[in-house]
Amino acid sequence: MKNLLEVSDLSVEYRTYEGTVAAVNGLGFSLAPGRTLGLVGESGAGKTTTALAVMGLVPSPPGVITSGEINFAGRNLLSLPEREMKKIRGNRISMIFQDPMTSLNPVVTVGLQISEAIAAHQNLSDKEAEDKAREMLEKVQIPGQRYREYPHEFSGGMRQRVVIAMALACNPALIIADEPTTALDVTIQAQVLELMRSLKEEFSTAMIMITHDLGVVGEVCDHVAVMYGGRIEETGSLERIFDGPRHPYTRGLFRCIPDIEEKTSEIRPIEGLMPDPLDLPKGCPFHPRCPEAMEICRTVIPPVSDDGGHRVMCHLYGKGGEDRG
Amino acid sequence: MKTENMTLPGPKTGEREKRRSPWWEVWRRLRLNKAAMAGMAVIIVLVVVAIFAPVLAPKDPNQTNMKARLQPPSAEFPLGTDNFGRDMLSRIIYGSRISLYVGFVAVGIGAVFGGIVGAIGGYYGGRLDNFLMRCMDVLLAIPQIILAIAIVGALGTSLLNLMIAVGISQLPRYARVVRASALTVRGQEFVEAARAVGASDARIIIENILPNCMAPIIVQSTLGVAQAILSAAALSFLGLGIQPPTAEWGSMLSSGRQFLRNAPYLTFFPGLAISVVVLALNIFGDGLRDSLDPKLRQ
Amino acid sequence: MLRYFIKRLMFLVPVLLGVSVLIFSIVHLAPGDPAEVMLGPSATQEEISNLREQLGLTKPLYVQYGIFLTNTLKGDLGRSIKSNAPVVEEILDRFPATLTLAVLGMIFAIVVGLPLGILAALRQNTWVDALCSFFALVGFSIPNFWVGLMLMLLLSIYIPILPSSGFDSWRNFIMPTIVLGIQTMAVIARMTRSSMLEVIRQDYVRTARAKGISDRLVLVRHILGNVMIPVVTIAGLYFGNMLGGVVITETIFSIPGLGRLIVDAIRAQDYPVVQGGVLFFALCVGIVNLMVDLLYAALDPRIKAQYRAAR
Repeated sequence: MKNLLEVSDLSVEYRTYEGTVAAVNGLGFSLAPGRTLGLVGESGAGKTTTALAVMGLVPSPPGVITSGEINFAGRNLLSLPEREMKKIRGNRISMIFQDPMTSLNPVVTVGLQISEAIAAHQNLSDKEAEDKAREMLEKVQIPGQRYREYPHEFSGGMRQRVVIAMALACNPALIIADEPTTALDVTIQAQVLELMRSLKEEFSTAMIMITHDLGVVGEVCDHVAVMYGGRIEETGSLERIFDGPRHPYTRGLFRCIPDIEEKTSEIRPIEGLMPDPLDLPKGCPFHPRCPEAMEICRTVIPPVSDDGGHRVMCHLYGKGGEDRG
Repeated sequence: MKTENMTLPGPKTGEREKRRSPWWEVWRRLRLNKAAMAGMAVIIVLVVVAIFAPVLAPKDPNQTNMKARLQPPSAEFPLGTDNFGRDMLSRIIYGSRISLYVGFVAVGIGAVFGGIVGAIGGYYGGRLDNFLMRCMDVLLAIPQIILAIAIVGALGTSLLNLMIAVGISQLPRYARVVRASALTVRGQEFVEAARAVGASDARIIIENILPNCMAPIIVQSTLGVAQAILSAAALSFLGLGIQPPTAEWGSMLSSGRQFLRNAPYLTFFPGLAISVVVLALNIFGDGLRDSLDPKLRQ
Repeated sequence: MLRYFIKRLMFLVPVLLGVSVLIFSIVHLAPGDPAEVMLGPSATQEEISNLREQLGLTKPLYVQYGIFLTNTLKGDLGRSIKSNAPVVEEILDRFPATLTLAVLGMIFAIVVGLPLGILAALRQNTWVDALCSFFALVGFSIPNFWVGLMLMLLLSIYIPILPSSGFDSWRNFIMPTIVLGIQTMAVIARMTRSSMLEVIRQDYVRTARAKGISDRLVLVRHILGNVMIPVVTIAGLYFGNMLGGVVITETIFSIPGLGRLIVDAIRAQDYPVVQGGVLFFALCVGIVNLMVDLLYAALDPRIKAQYRAAR
């Protein structure tokens, strides 16, 4: 199958006064049309930076993309001029942000915030763009007559639905959803997730779901990529990862989920903290916290070993893998 | 632009700095701000000049010399002489005494009385607070300089009255700063605890509320001194502040005005002096504010 | 909205009442005796006490204040001691010049200050930013009377292209407008810059960029709309300050406005004019603040919603 998105060897740094932060380090993954990839990891793993890099929105300064390619529908986005990138942003690739309370402009009506995305990419009259925006509102189960209302008149869940309508307005090929439910009430989370899933089906959109919640991944994703220290340390199909996680970090993540059905209320968090991004450890970034760390982990970045599409970046597994993340 | 917290967690400052006192941390940040340090250097120089004016001034600032009237700047009179033949350089050096004195005392008056009003209002709250804040609104409803003019007009022109007038016209800003701090501190546990062990209200205000609003007060005061110097000079310029023949920058400017065409240095140098002091104070105040509140630092 | 407006108007009443008490007390603290001032040094003791009687100065202060307040409410601010003309007439006579100046000063402050702040923020940490910020800081720090005299030196004496006094052609307005507006300009530039830097970092600006709309639209619709809210507030607060500045401007450029009226009245101990003038200034400041409040509601739908709810 031809991939819609192929990211390879992507590295992003933030150059701040305090030092250089290696946020993403030689990261690579791919996504087929219509599929959903779950990008999982703790905050600070580089998930949002990866998403912003795909959108061409890494804040600069201080962000610098130091290497890599982002191939989207056959074109390398990193070499496109900003003018071309604007045509893709919001049109072919759009993004849903984490906090609906802050991601909508408080002084612009929600309707206009949707219709401006349509007007930017489609040659429509104002009236037509408005009609289309009302239609999108209805699609996310908000009455079209609330077009002229402001964000403060909506609840958090409704605002996130507005953001979803905005993202889907131009029928993009890819949606990047950055923790779209994290800021919402638990009861609303399921609703929004369900809505996203059904709209994704309806529009046959590919999606990157960024989350730290493996439950969300299990519900909506086909593929999973687990990030740590700016790298993908394990990736594979949902079944492979969920049924047989291989990397000690991924296994640690699964142990963190309280399992309601099994009633064993024992949660075992991964010990230690994310490494200081200003000063990533040598070798495998996870080794200081890894219960199975070996001598080699301290010095050598582990190669990738591939087991039928289930790839893991860990010295515990066979050596014959390619050396790409 | 700051990087997003999402992608940049973790400690940003080293362990070493954490142990130091917050004021030391402020000083560390302030030292990195070149503009603020330059402003501070200028202020220090001016204070030294003001203190040692009798030593530094080449001539007696009030010694008239009718043979050397309206001399343009020369080797003997670096900044020229005025219409009475007085040495402008010496007068400007002496003028720094008055400007700084008026600035600091006026701010002192404003900060002390404004601070008391704000602390009482914020601490006790309720109707008293409401009343005091309405009074501040009244003061704010009259343009500062008009208020100062009216006060000086009523009290008569003198150095003390000038400082009182400028001080009163600045009162509301200090009242507001202190009140805001008092409001946030009031409900906190350590205040409740102090009250529980029977500390008097005055003591709670002095020991708990004041230290908490020192930072904004210091910033306001620095910027306030700059404003006060400007206001005082403006009043003197209008003939309602320091009266001639006292060497004061505003009144020197005012008397030099009639010779603008033939002796522009009489207005140029005093104005430049005022500008330099006020600019230095504002730059320093800005830097101080940024170091006290690093969130605002861009 | 209308009801809110009326409510805000009502808030103005206690403030103005307070101002009247304050200015009445200040004026009556003055050591000079108005009767002596009116009659001059040659007057006899008897003449003076007769006039004092006539002016009501022998009555207790609170009675005098009562009379002052009742008359003020009737629109009568008394008569000038110097000219014997009704104070209201004197004020209204001088008001157009001052109002023109103030409006021009504000326009200057906004037209120069706003782009300066925007430019500085868009080019943050470059030499453009440094230059704009320094310019604003200088504008904030130099005494406006000095600016006035230096402008006059440059543009009326060295290169005589502008008149240094008078009030009849548009060319008379240029220098006074700059002098009056420069500090407010600096404040607006500084506020705009910091507000811009704050807004640029907001999530909703990133959302807007993620839509692929033009940079111009992001700036105008998404950034400036939010930047204007604090800027309008600060401009409103500084309007009062600027109104005070007319005292200086009118003195330097010999413009017969309200500021000069008050300064001259204070010098001449013409207390009814001082009282009336200050009260009138406070009224202007109050009205401007009210207008700013309404503008604020127009800019920020959240505030407008609060007003609606407050009905």
